[in-house]
Formats: sequence, structure tokens, C-alpha cells
Amino acid sequence: MSRYLLHRLWQSAVTLILATIVVFAGVRALPGDPALALAGEDRDPESLRAIREQYGLDDSWLVQFWQFVSHAARGDLGQSIRTGEPVNGMIAGALPVTIELSVLAILVAGVIGVGAGVIAAVRRGRPAEWAANALALLGLSVPNFWLGLMAILYLSVALGLFPASGFVPFFTNPVANLHHLVLPAMILGTGLAAVIMRQTRSSMLDALSADYIRTAEAKGLSPRAVIGRHALRNSLIVVVTIVGLQLGALISGAVVTERIFALPGFGKLTVDAVFQRDYPVIQAVVLVTATAYIVINLLVDLLYSVIDPRIRVRGES
Amino acid sequence: MSSVLEVRDLSVSFRTEDGSLSAVDRVSLEVGASEVLAIVGESGCGKSVTAMSLAGLLPRSARVDGSVRLDGVELIGADKRTLRSIRGREIAYIFQEPMTSLNPVFTVGSQIGEVLRTHLGASRQAARARSIELLKLVGIPSAERRVDDYPHQLSGGMRQRVMIAMAVACDPKVLIADEPTTALDVTIQAGILDVLRGLRERLGTSIVLITHDLGVVADLADRVAVMYAGRVVETAEVHELFAHPQHPYTTGLLGASPAAGRHADTHRLDEIPGLVPTLSVQPDACTFADRCGQAVDTCTTSQPQLTRSDHGLACWNPVGVS
Amino acid sequence: MTTVAVPIRTNRRKIARRILRNPLAITGLVVLVLAIVLAVFANVLAPHEPTQTQLDQAFAPPGTAGHLLGTDDLGRDVLSRIMFGLRASLHVGLLAVATSLVIGVPLGLMAGYFRAIDALISRLTDLVLAFPFLILAVGLAAIRGASLGNAAIAIGIAQIPGVIRIVRSETLRLKSLDFVAAAIVEGASDAWVLGRHILPNAASVIIVQATVAIPAAILGEAVLSFLGLGIQPPAPSLGTMLSDAQQFAARAPWAAVMPGLAIMLLTLAFNIVGDSLRDALDPKASRR
Repeated sequence: MSRYLLHRLWQSAVTLILATIVVFAGVRALPGDPALALAGEDRDPESLRAIREQYGLDDSWLVQFWQFVSHAARGDLGQSIRTGEPVNGMIAGALPVTIELSVLAILVAGVIGVGAGVIAAVRRGRPAEWAANALALLGLSVPNFWLGLMAILYLSVALGLFPASGFVPFFTNPVANLHHLVLPAMILGTGLAAVIMRQTRSSMLDALSADYIRTAEAKGLSPRAVIGRHALRNSLIVVVTIVGLQLGALISGAVVTERIFALPGFGKLTVDAVFQRDYPVIQAVVLVTATAYIVINLLVDLLYSVIDPRIRVRGES
Repeated sequence: MSSVLEVRDLSVSFRTEDGSLSAVDRVSLEVGASEVLAIVGESGCGKSVTAMSLAGLLPRSARVDGSVRLDGVELIGADKRTLRSIRGREIAYIFQEPMTSLNPVFTVGSQIGEVLRTHLGASRQAARARSIELLKLVGIPSAERRVDDYPHQLSGGMRQRVMIAMAVACDPKVLIADEPTTALDVTIQAGILDVLRGLRERLGTSIVLITHDLGVVADLADRVAVMYAGRVVETAEVHELFAHPQHPYTTGLLGASPAAGRHADTHRLDEIPGLVPTLSVQPDACTFADRCGQAVDTCTTSQPQLTRSDHGLACWNPVGVS
Repeated sequence: MTTVAVPIRTNRRKIARRILRNPLAITGLVVLVLAIVLAVFANVLAPHEPTQTQLDQAFAPPGTAGHLLGTDDLGRDVLSRIMFGLRASLHVGLLAVATSLVIGVPLGLMAGYFRAIDALISRLTDLVLAFPFLILAVGLAAIRGASLGNAAIAIGIAQIPGVIRIVRSETLRLKSLDFVAAAIVEGASDAWVLGRHILPNAASVIIVQATVAIPAAILGEAVLSFLGLGIQPPAPSLGTMLSDAQQFAARAPWAAVMPGLAIMLLTLAFNIVGDSLRDALDPKASRR
């Protein structure tokens, strides 16, 4: 394994440890007695003592932290104080919905954003660029949950084109599954598409003015080869990074989108947990999100080094 | 001598926010078969713009007038498709910056092969085999391995050899080398010049050599055109020019002594005091008059025209005549 | 001690002229000023109390006498609520961005200036990035309760990494310039160099960052309030208006359409002004 990757792994590990400490400390920062918070409605002394026992609240914080980490590492994220269900089961049930939604949104945003960005860069100073820029500006400015409401109001309720809410698992009925997710994915992808479009346009303009593009033109290549092969390949490197950086916005967006379309995903779990003051679930949700963010960004960096040979080989030497 | 490339009254101007800027003004050049024509001048004199305009490589903001004929075929005003079929196949380019002129994300083999596949319809395997041959031709050791390298794995000199291999892949009639050695160490320059010389001898390629380095000119060129502020001010056979420079600018280039000749290697152009005038509309005067040590009254009232002879000159008061 | 002139990147009049030459920028500026006036003077300009319910006038469509943009399910005037909602949006937007600047600018300056703590600050940045703003807000709401202030803090914290990144790279750039190097060689203290030379020259970049961050923060507030994690009803907020309107959107679509349009126009105006400002400050970047 290359030095660069080791370095990235090390950085990610440090961030993950810090994130765990933050989550741990966050729960201890709950107002009042954490046992009271963790107990929810059930506040008789007996169950409070049980909770203190279970969470080791009477131990030193170092012991508590160790307990927390070792349980989390084993996949034991505690029980919901509302339903008594194991939290990891709840998360495992909700995650596939969110992952599918996010992947679809990234696909939609990638196709629209890269396409519009390339057009804007190539058709510089023409109406097409103006239109693409205007769309991107709108995409950045529109609140996507409002766009979702409008889509439900006018596309689903009035025209009946899409289901307004609900979810069908992919393996139950793939067609119905996609039918339910197309609209939410498009709504979730709007902001990302705008960001990708702007980034693609800017890096395409950089690439198009690069010396190697002049070389490609001097070789007599077709505009398709010059733009689609030589310029785009270099621009995509930047776009991949952007997707990694936008992951946080995507996760936030997914929470809202799920709420609007009543999708039983991670976002719904999160919001419900906050309103029910289901602290073990909140703690787990925050921890899982941070871990996912760190791991996915590590993967994006690995992907980056696959696309860009300069990084790949620099690491080897 | 029949010309392979014939340039007549080539003018280039750029549209900018502040109006039109003239970059090249009625330049005429001829390049014979397997001849090396050097275009020399300071940076900003229009020599690179001239080179780029030959195969229509300038941006859209450029306006090009005049005539460029390649083997009798007119290139100015030719449609894009025709120009594309000529670029890389009949006119090929080598640029100054080998570091950035190759695409960093493709192997050198695929970048050379691309030319063969585009113009000759070569298969992937054939293109690769030919790429290895070409890399050998330009003197790259262990070409079989290098063909799969990415540009950043090669040194500057090696990259410039790759650029040359790519340029000569389709055996072009004219090779335009725009400052091919400027970005390289002196020790590596000689190797690149050897490669170019070899190509001219073995393949009979005509070369247009754009440079500001008189050492390179003396080393490789048959004829020289000296450009100043977008115009050719003197043109002659290389030995004639070095022995009898007549334009004060040329003598300035060659150093204080007109006899510097072949020993001019170390002289840089910026030893002439003053700056190249901005490329706005030229007044009715010799553009070099401001910097000229021997300007006379006529120089500031009338623009001298290039004489048509073996030793062409655009000057009212040439060196060593009065 | 010889004074080294601090280069001013572009003079202000020139920037103003560049912006005023651009009709889109003027439109954005006009909309922005209008929105700010409506928000600031909402208590004077609003035709009704934003929380005043008039059940007999519920679901009045736009154009109804006295209710230009209609009323909601409780007969509250949509226009008045939007004006107070704009006030809340701007309040949160400015508060969040101020939070991110107060923390982010010094950290960015230090990260760019002192090599030794650059790595430490970038680990902290990574850490903050690992918590998406909504998750931060969820955590904060769980610990401290949902409120306007906590929403602004969550958004502000989430924006810190962006501020640090931009200020850091600008500091690195400025540090390498001659006039800063000269000041360092002359023995100026680090604080002096940072405060006198680097910060004033980084100001334009920081201003541009702020104009881009404010609309993002406004959208963030709307999202949080929509989810119930931000401003609490009955206080008017564009986000809570939308979340209420969701229940009766089919019956009174204007109650859902209008607040969303208001948010969009506000953020659009900010984004347009921000873009124009960036282009005017750095014409070379205008192609980006």
C-alpha cells in the first residue's frame, strides 16, 4: 500500500476517533441527569438504577468512553428508549432507503450537472451558457424541500404522475420502487446538480485553455475527442472531489426529502428520534453519519487516485 | 525551388474589449521541401501567432487574412473538417512546454496512437506497435516500456521527444516547432535538435522553427526570417544573414559585432534597450524607430516595406550601407 | 522604518462601476434591498399581526381585500407572515455567518500563517465536516432544545470549514507576496503582519465568502424550521409556514407557494449579488 493511502487512512482514523469523542461528550452534555434523559418517560428509581448500570453512568468517564467505543465497535448501539428495539436494527432497516435515494440523486445530479457544465463551457458566451448558468443559480437558490412540496402538489396530486409518498422495497417490486424514488431523487439532486454544473464549467474552462488541449487540436482530433476525452477526463477529477465534499449537504438534504415524501429512511429515523427525545437513537444516528462521511470521503480519495494517474504513481514512488 | 508551404500577406488581429489588436501584419514566407525556416524575434513579436494561424489553431477572437498554401491547397478560410484532416497529418506542431503539452491522464502511447487512429484508421494494436517504433525513432530508450508511461513519469527532454514522435506519426509535410528547446536544459536541447535534424534528413520533413535562440537557428536553419512587432523585417539564407545582417534590429539580435555569426549562441534578444511596441494600430512609421540607434527622419514618417529578393529587408537606413 | 505600501487589489469606485454596469446584479441588489426593507420594517409595513388568527377569514385566496397574498388555515395574513419570516431568515443568516466568520477567520489566518498548527486546524476542519449541518442541528436541538439561536449556531459551525479553507489559502497566497515578505524581514510582529497586511487584503475574499454563505444559511434555517428544529411556532418563519402549509396545500396552495418563492427570491438575490461581487473584485475569475 502506498504512502499516500496510509497517510489518508491515518488522517481518517484520527478524525473518526475525534468524532467519537464528540458524540460521547455530546450525550454527557445533555441537560440534567443523563439517566433521566435516557429513561424517557419511565422514571421510577428502579429503572433509573438499571440505566445507570447499563450505561455505566457511575463509572469514571474514561471507563464509560471505553464501554461506549467497544460496544459501538461490536455494532451494539444500545436500545431505543421508546420501542426497546436494538438501535442497530433500526438503522439497518432505514439505511437501504437512504442509500438508494442518495445514489439515485447523485446519478441524476451527475448526469445533469456534468452535461450542463460541459455545454456551458463549450458554448461560452452563447445562449446555452446563459441558460445553464441561470439554471444553476436557480438550483442553488431554491429550497429543495419547497421544490419537493411543489412537485407533490402539482406533479403527484394534480397530475398523478408520481406517487406523492411512500416506499416499496426494490426487491418487492423494482418498478414501483423506482417510481416512488424518481421524484425524491430529482428533488434531492437539484442542489448537487447546480454545484456540479458550476464546478464542471469552471474546470472545463481551465482544461480547455490548457496546453494539452492545444496539442489535441493540433493533432487534428475531432471536437468530440478534444472535449469529451481530453478535457472532460481532467475535469471529472475535480467533480469527483466535489461530490465527496457535498456529501454532508446530501445527507442533510436526504433527511428533509425523506420527511416530505414520507420515505422510511435514515432521515425519518433521525427526525422522529429528536422529537421523541430518543437519545440512544440520536447518538447512534450522529455516530453513524460521521463514520459514513469519513469512510466515504476516504473512498472518494481512493477513487480520485484511480482516475488521476499522477496521484497513483506519486504514491508508489 | 518549389515551395511546400507558401504564406502570402498573412495578417492576424484579435478582437478585444479595447478594439482590434494587430498581432501579425502582412507576413509572407516560403518553405521548400525538407527546408528548415527559422522565424526569430523577441517574445510578443507575433512569431507564435503566425505559427498557430497556419493551421487555423487560433481562438475564435482572431481574424486571419491573407493566404496560406500547403502544396497548393489554400488553408485560410478552409472549412473546419478540412483543417482537421490536415492538422496532425500534413502539418504537425511541437510546442514549447513539454511539461504541459501532453495530457497528464493518458499514457504517451495512447496519445501518439490517437493520431494514427484518427488520421490513418489504425487499429489499437497497430497504433501501439507504431507508437513504439516512433518512440525509438526519436531516441527514447526502452520504448516498449515507455509507451505505457504517463507523461509525469518522463523527464522534460523525454516528453519533448514524445511530442516530436506524436508530430511525425503521420509523416507530415511540414513540422512547426514553436520554441521546441526553450523550456529545456542546454544539455538536453542538443539532443532534441539532433532528432529534428535527423527527421529532416530521413523523412524529408520541412520544418518551421520558431525561436528566439540564435544558437538554435545557427544549428538547424537553412533560412531565417526576423520578425519584429508583427512584421518580417529581414529574411535571408542563414549564413548570409549571420555574415551580413542589414537591419539594425538583426544586428542588435546578433550582438554588438555584426560578425558574431555562429558564436552568437549566448546572446539573448533582450539586450536591445526598449520594449516591443504594443500591438495596437501601427502608426505610419517604422515600428523599430523608437529603439533604433540609427534612425533617420524617414523612419518616423513612413513605413518601410520588405524588399523581394534573396536577402529581403524592410529598413530605410540599413547597417553597413550608408 | 520604511513603510511598504499595501497594494489595494482594485479600487472601490471601479468595483462599484463594474457591478452597476451589470443589469442582473442591479436586479439582484434591488430585490435584496427590498427584502431587507420589508424585513426590517415589518412591524410598520405589515398589514396584519403575523400571529393574529381570524378563523372566519381562513383560506382566503390571494387578492382578497386586506390579504394581498391570501391567508392560511387559521386566517393569518400570508404577506405579513412572510415579512416577519424574512426578518427571521435574515436574522439567522447573519447570525450564522457572523458565527462562522468570528471563529473561522482567525483559524484560517493561523492555519495559513503558522505552518506548525496548519495540520491541527485541518484535523479540526475534517472533524466538523464529518457532522453535516442537519446532524449538528439535530444534536444541538437534542442537547439545548430547538430555537432560532441554536439553529444559527449549528449552521454557523457547519460553515466554519469553508471559511477556514478560503482564508487559509488567501493567507498562503498573500504571505508569499513581496510586501508581506518585506514586512516579515523588517521584523514586524506576526500579529502586526496578520492584522495590518494580510487581513485587510483578504477582506474581499472574506466578503465574497460571506455573501455566498448568507443565502446558504437562510436555506438552512428554512430547512430546520420546516423540520421543527429551528424557530418554534407560532413565531413566523418561512420554514414553519411551509411545514404548516404542507397539511392543507391542496386546499390553499398559495400558503405553500408564497413563502417558498420568498425564500427563493431572497437567496437568489444574495447569490446574484455575491456572484457579481466576486466577478467585479476579480475579473479574471469571472469565467468561473
